[in-house]
Amino acid sequence: MNLETIVQALQLDVKSGRDKLGVEVRGGYVGDLLSDVMANGREGDLWITRQIHQNIVAVASLKDLAGIILVRGAEPAADTLEKAVRENIPLLTSNLPAFVMAGRIYQMICPRNA
Amino acid sequence: MKRGLSAPLRKWMAHVSVCEKCSYENSFPIDGGNYDNAGQVSGKIKTILKDMGIGNNVVRMVAVITYESEINIVSYARQGMIRLHVLPEHIEIEAVDEGPGISDIHLAMQQGWSTATDKIREMGFGAGMGLNNIRNFSDIFHISSDVGSGTRLKMIIHIQQEQNC
Repeated sequence: MNLETIVQALQLDVKSGRDKLGVEVRGGYVGDLLSDVMANGREGDLWITRQIHQNIVAVASLKDLAGIILVRGAEPAADTLEKAVRENIPLLTSNLPAFVMAGRIYQMICPRNA
Repeated sequence: MKRGLSAPLRKWMAHVSVCEKCSYENSFPIDGGNYDNAGQVSGKIKTILKDMGIGNNVVRMVAVITYESEINIVSYARQGMIRLHVLPEHIEIEAVDEGPGISDIHLAMQQGWSTATDKIREMGFGAGMGLNNIRNFSDIFHISSDVGSGTRLKMIIHIQQEQNC
């Protein structure tokens, strides 16, 4: 499933990386510890987090993640957004909490297991 | 009668020729305390390896190792550097810093142990996972440290044959 479908279904606000919404989402990861995401995030994962500082962009870029979703109304810091635009990483926001966001995405991309 | 190179020799020559292009060595300085640029060196190294045709799995392993090394230098040292040496069959990475050093390496290698400040932890670092990540994503890992002087990490990652060049 591509990222655009998830963005539309969950009404995510696209802050950057709009031209990369065609990327395939293979899975997801939830976490605010950057070392945890570095160790366990996989290529094509959508990363759900509350961290808003610019280092999240480096992690998403280095791990080839499909994008980052900031949940429960979190907004990216100004330098985070600049970096995400510069590196063309999809940075998305939502008012949904992390638990609900993960559940919705899981239902969409893993329907046999949901 | 003039004869061409034998098939095994041609294969060997092709391997040597390709792998000469694979050899690469460079050092990247890192400033302590500068979180704004954290990850830049890792990004450069990732691009270099991808451009050399190194397989994605190896590139991502190196990315974890260099990023965690970079964050450690930024978080704890005055300054440091990461040295990258790509060879035909493996990649060597050294992370060397000038900083306080580690008094008890055995303790520092325990998952969850950290001396991180609140500021570091607020950014999602300092969970005591960095050194473990570096070790877990390396085929060979070595750490040494002198208190008051600095810490030196050396990692080797094997390049599988099909991913080489």
